[in-house]
Amino acid sequence: MTFTTNEIWLALPEIYLTTALCVVLLFDLFFATKNPGRTATLTLLVLVVGAVLASRQVIADRQVILGGMYVADRLSSLLKTGAFLFTAMALFYSRDYLARRGIQKGEYYVLSLTALLGVLVLASAANMVTLYVGVELLSLSLYALVAFDRDSGVAAEAAMKYFVLGAIASGTLLYGMSILYGMTGTLDLGALTARLGDSPGLGFTLAIAFIVSAIAFKFGAVPFHMWVPDVYQGAPTASAMMVATVPKLASFAMAFRFLAEGLMAQTPQWSQMLAILATVSVIAGNLIAIAQTSLLRMLAYSAIANVGFILFGFVAGSGAGFSSALYYTIAYVLMTLAAFAIVLISSRDGCEATELDHFKGLHQRDPLLAGAMAAVMFSTAGVPPFVGFWAKLQIIQALLASGHLTLALIAVVASVVGAFYYLRVVWLMYFEAPAEQPPLGKAPGMRLVLAINALAVLALGIMPEQLLALCRQVIPGG
Amino acid sequence: MITLQQMLWLSGALFAIAVAGIFINRKNIILLLMCIELLLLSANFNFVAFSRYLGNIDGQVFVFFVLTVAAAEAAIGLAILVVLFRERRSINVADISSLKG
Repeated sequence: MTFTTNEIWLALPEIYLTTALCVVLLFDLFFATKNPGRTATLTLLVLVVGAVLASRQVIADRQVILGGMYVADRLSSLLKTGAFLFTAMALFYSRDYLARRGIQKGEYYVLSLTALLGVLVLASAANMVTLYVGVELLSLSLYALVAFDRDSGVAAEAAMKYFVLGAIASGTLLYGMSILYGMTGTLDLGALTARLGDSPGLGFTLAIAFIVSAIAFKFGAVPFHMWVPDVYQGAPTASAMMVATVPKLASFAMAFRFLAEGLMAQTPQWSQMLAILATVSVIAGNLIAIAQTSLLRMLAYSAIANVGFILFGFVAGSGAGFSSALYYTIAYVLMTLAAFAIVLISSRDGCEATELDHFKGLHQRDPLLAGAMAAVMFSTAGVPPFVGFWAKLQIIQALLASGHLTLALIAVVASVVGAFYYLRVVWLMYFEAPAEQPPLGKAPGMRLVLAINALAVLALGIMPEQLLALCRQVIPGG
Repeated sequence: MITLQQMLWLSGALFAIAVAGIFINRKNIILLLMCIELLLLSANFNFVAFSRYLGNIDGQVFVFFVLTVAAAEAAIGLAILVVLFRERRSINVADISSLKG
């Protein structure tokens, strides 16, 4: 096995991030003991530079390097740029919140960076080993982030539940991989399809069942969703935001690299299983979300429903399906970031704005926040001209094009049901009288980024062509 | 001579014991962590068995990665357990139910 320097350059984002991570860790140790805000600033700088590096990478065509372990293509480049950017936004939004809650420590930023490194490794996984290491790097960092507030019992409980269920998912993923390895004699994702042959038999079905359930767990699809509401509610809201946003890109990468690329010829087998999970997710997610009184739990069930939509894109099993799933994932992460940012800004000392009641009459108290929230809610509900509308439309079109009429109908009905609870939030903000509440914090920097974020949700909806074209370009056959 | 099939039965049994242990166990979180280790090791067993059977070394290399990750996983699991115990003064599974999934 020989390396050439050119090959190393393709892995630049990971190399850069690993180095930067060590620098941040040391910087925190020596220069930020009194003032952890400096670590935050450095981390944001690191992330912005990383986003520029990842986006400037010129990758003409798919290249598998480092002895078949690592793949660099336009999809990995796009996912990495997105991951850097979204992590930067999440950490920027979290800054004040962490300081108020007394958990603004250097470790929080280092753990966020290791989680991001896991996302990057997953985005470039070409071998089961790389995939597994990426998944674990991401998951282990997230468990620690959820348990970050050491004085909070609910956070520890949420972390424990997340950890146990996540470890079971890793175990099933490994078991599925081991069966696949036994059947094919290779760990290389690119060689699986050819070696499996036409009728792989019962062992393959078993392996696929294990792997699909592990992927569904990482996404948080029904019936592997139990951790989602608990983590959203129990974890510090900033950690919940980290769990809810960037890892969705990783889950997409995992599903795409394993199922869509590795097991391309076996699409009928896995898409059937995914179809069941996706259908149950959109129905259960949307129905249970209606009954929630806590905004965070509502967002959690909305996440489950939205994950169902992303999985529908995979069910379509075509290039168009995968590119629409990618588009949906990016749009969803953008919307969720804004929603969490609003919760973070509205939280104050000792009072987290996690209940729906906290948002009553928000328009009179703070028009900017209410406007941003309304944009996010309309978008997630799938109302044109917001970006969420196009995302849902793409998925439904891909389903129809691949002949899944029933699933497309279920998707439409589920989004109509879902619209109810999204619009209820808008109703609460604009048409209910505000309850007695202390004034909201200023946070001018956060408000500016939030405004840009909410405008992006609108602008990408008015001009959807560019992002759509990008998603189609990076996925072969999209 | 131990056949591949016997090895697979054993690893399947280990996997089943681990999953059963996680879901039936209502007492103790430490037991849960042990079952998680067993789960990962049953997959490792599979990898080694297949690797030997196929005469392909990749599976055994993977096992080293899994062992390393399992160690990290156990460390994080125990760390969370310590935090939980400090807050709740209990490691009973039945006591961690204030959040309703």
